[in-house]
Amino acid sequence: MYVAVKGGERAIENAHAWLAEERRGDTDIAELSIAQIRAQLSLAVNRVMAEGSLYDPDLAALAIKQARGDLIEAIFLIRAYRTTLPRFGASEPVDTGAMACDRRISATFKDLPGGQVLGPTFDYTHRLLDFKLAADGEVADAPSRDAETGNVPHVTEFLNREGLIEEAPHDDTPPPDLTREPLEMPADRALRLQALTRADEGFTLGLAYSTQRGYGRNHAFVGELRIGSVPVEMDIPELGFAVEIGEVILTECETVNQFTGSKTEPPQFTRGYGLVFGQTERKAISMALVDRALRWEELGEDNVGAPAQDAEFVLYHADNIQATGFLEHIKLPHYVDFQSELELVRKLRREAGAQQVQEAAE
Amino acid sequence: MTEYNFAYLDEQTKRMIRRAILKGLAIPGYQVPFASREMPMPYGWGTGGVQVSAAVLTPKDTFKVIDQGADDTTNAVSIRTFFQRTAGVATTTATSDATVIQTRHRIPEEPLHEGQILVYQVPIPEPLRFLEPRESETRKMHSLEEYGLMHVKLYEDISRHGHIATSYAYPVKVEGRYVMDPSPIPKFDNPKLGDMAAIQLFGAGREQRIYALPPYTQVVSLDFEDHPFEASKADHPCGMCGATDSYLDELIIDDLGGRMFVCSDTDYCEARQAAGHKGKDAA
Repeated sequence: MYVAVKGGERAIENAHAWLAEERRGDTDIAELSIAQIRAQLSLAVNRVMAEGSLYDPDLAALAIKQARGDLIEAIFLIRAYRTTLPRFGASEPVDTGAMACDRRISATFKDLPGGQVLGPTFDYTHRLLDFKLAADGEVADAPSRDAETGNVPHVTEFLNREGLIEEAPHDDTPPPDLTREPLEMPADRALRLQALTRADEGFTLGLAYSTQRGYGRNHAFVGELRIGSVPVEMDIPELGFAVEIGEVILTECETVNQFTGSKTEPPQFTRGYGLVFGQTERKAISMALVDRALRWEELGEDNVGAPAQDAEFVLYHADNIQATGFLEHIKLPHYVDFQSELELVRKLRREAGAQQVQEAAE
Repeated sequence: MTEYNFAYLDEQTKRMIRRAILKGLAIPGYQVPFASREMPMPYGWGTGGVQVSAAVLTPKDTFKVIDQGADDTTNAVSIRTFFQRTAGVATTTATSDATVIQTRHRIPEEPLHEGQILVYQVPIPEPLRFLEPRESETRKMHSLEEYGLMHVKLYEDISRHGHIATSYAYPVKVEGRYVMDPSPIPKFDNPKLGDMAAIQLFGAGREQRIYALPPYTQVVSLDFEDHPFEASKADHPCGMCGATDSYLDELIIDDLGGRMFVCSDTDYCEARQAAGHKGKDAA
């Protein structure tokens, strides 16, 4: 016999208790600390900070622990927490030219002021599982030397002196704020970049890759990729000047793209730009490629109908918190909608059946 | 959860949402963009409704949450608990006792009265979305009152199937102006939208839209003179309370595919059973 379902509340509580137990896992194994996650899973921490739009490695590590390593779930925790934070103001724009670079490479010039600095990269590692790590992860100190001092000029500045690359006009208009205003189309470049920097890494990578394979091709050279820390300054009205309030690690990618000219623009190199929290270079390069693809209109290029050129398509689908929420909501009950569809299909089938019988009789 | 503000959102955010609600009430059926916040539940799980509820709730309110008509479905339980924790408001399952009712996919069977607010969770607020995927285009179509595409779609349904093949989220026209998505309620509920005594507010969190129907608004389900709109439901009485006028869920009750039909509105069904009504499957 049917009994109306009761006790949803208890079922939910029990599910949460089970989840907590599963998160902790086998209690014979030492518990993971926030400090361990922060120090040893730092690239995961970086991704959570970047897509969570909140620069706080400890909170990101906590979110990863709570989310059992599901990074999108961790990003979600950070985003929800971020909603509750008061907004004191905005920082001055950070100066990436003054970055203390851990890594700085250019794919367009063999050597250049500031030099090529490989930094801590996977790039030339052979991807062989290191079984030694399974037993003992201790390593000897890496060789070190004093850091270079002074500004590291941007590669694109050299090209700009010759007028070979499009100008990036100086613009002091306050950028729109994606987290305080609804995203509306058309979106200017500042808003697009804001959406891309917190966009899902996988989605951005896929779109960027599609431009390389010909869906809106805009052959990109990595003019420069730099990773390092920059000071963050904030104007304090009571003091009347800006003071340094901290440092953030950023990854910046500037691409130099082929461009043979259009109806409105002369032949010159064009720019794509990526700037992301933390050491997140796959994301920063992807962002730069997608940024460049989205700029077709202002450069007078043709819209070839490629997904990466379509700002509405890209921006409305790039946020993994929106996407995962809506996707997973189809797990929720849909008894009512399904029931109405059942009735409709039954009715249509009944009528189609009756028609066939009639046709057979005729 | 004392560290959070009343009803979770800070006052400035609530103010922003209230402004969108007021604008929506002033232009019934018009989708007002609003800066939806990331809530501690996923997008697609009622964040629009939750933000609207958070903006309208006062400490004196009595709150009811239904999902698919039921107070006891998991997500309804979760949202109700959220506001118990963050707003400390009284909650109820009785439709008539509630001052604010948040709903997903149903309008309660019992007619609502003045002073009540019905808050809908909306997944896709744009009724033209599946005809035109671009927001920039659909906004233009609304501003020009260009609804031909929708009528062509309904006409094509009739010519192909003999009926309009939309059974839920059935589009309506509000006060002769905006075509509006009533959220995925079954079309059985559509006639209740118009001339309702309560305020109806629609919140779409992920899509960042709020729209509204003030009390006693004219709401007409789209149709054709020779194919008038028809509210439909399963052609059975409720197995538990015997009601013939309520929307029914179909349940499979044994391995042989035996079925029974029960009110989707659990409060309505329980109240009728308490009043002595009995369906054929009741114990």
